[in-house]
Amino acid sequence: MSQHGDYLFRFAMVKLRDEHLAEDAVQETLLAALQGKNNFCGNASERTWLVGILKHKIVDLIRKKVREPTMINVDEPMEFGQDEVTDVLFDNTGHWVTPCQDWGNPDKVLEQKHFWEILTDCLKRLPPQLAMIYSLREISGMDTEDICKDLNISSTNSWVMLHRARLGLKQCFEVHWLGEKQGRAG
Amino acid sequence: MLTCKDASLLMSQSFDRRLGLMEKAGLRFHLVICKGCQVAYRQLDFLHQVCQRIAAEPVDIICMQPGLSADAQERILKELHRKQDEKSDSCD
Repeated sequence: MSQHGDYLFRFAMVKLRDEHLAEDAVQETLLAALQGKNNFCGNASERTWLVGILKHKIVDLIRKKVREPTMINVDEPMEFGQDEVTDVLFDNTGHWVTPCQDWGNPDKVLEQKHFWEILTDCLKRLPPQLAMIYSLREISGMDTEDICKDLNISSTNSWVMLHRARLGLKQCFEVHWLGEKQGRAG
Repeated sequence: MLTCKDASLLMSQSFDRRLGLMEKAGLRFHLVICKGCQVAYRQLDFLHQVCQRIAAEPVDIICMQPGLSADAQERILKELHRKQDEKSDSCD
């Protein structure tokens, strides 16, 4: 615990961005590790083994969270025309309302702590259900096929939701990240 | 003719599945004539790449996170001990 707890927690924070969920993930990982001590093969380092368990626990926790009744009902089909993100970004003819701006090289920005904070903040600003599906797909790298089976939604629905999540993030970035960048430059 | 909205849905899906031939052609054609969507595609790709880096084990980003609070550490330790005791009790 004292040896790996901190690292596991930080790892979980990157993926979950929620202190309580991350603590749960660490606890469940350590419990599973204690119970499965005999399955540990000495080849892998202890930390790699623990991180492997943690990754599964993180996905489990996100799944559980998406199914919570406080989240919007995932079975309800979403009408693309009704969604606000795309209404704000496109005019009635389906064209971008404001021109998109270039963001540069993703490798460079990731090293900046500030960039990470904005990404975290923007994910928090998405509707929770969209943020969770986006996390499962992009940050935990699950296939859309598995996500659909898991959440019992159609592929079309999942693509529409991921589209909304991506556009929502793009919009948030444009306001919070580039807005600040320009503010500083000006 | 695709609108930018249609095109952005195809762009997004290109990260999740293989687009059909017609879809690909439609998107490519739209991108040739639409500067706005060219940039939008780069932005979406940017987000995708950032997430892929996070999906791997990005030690630099992990180290930026705050550590486990003393409270939480104590709570988890207690829980672990409790479970271990339960287990050893049931073995007796």
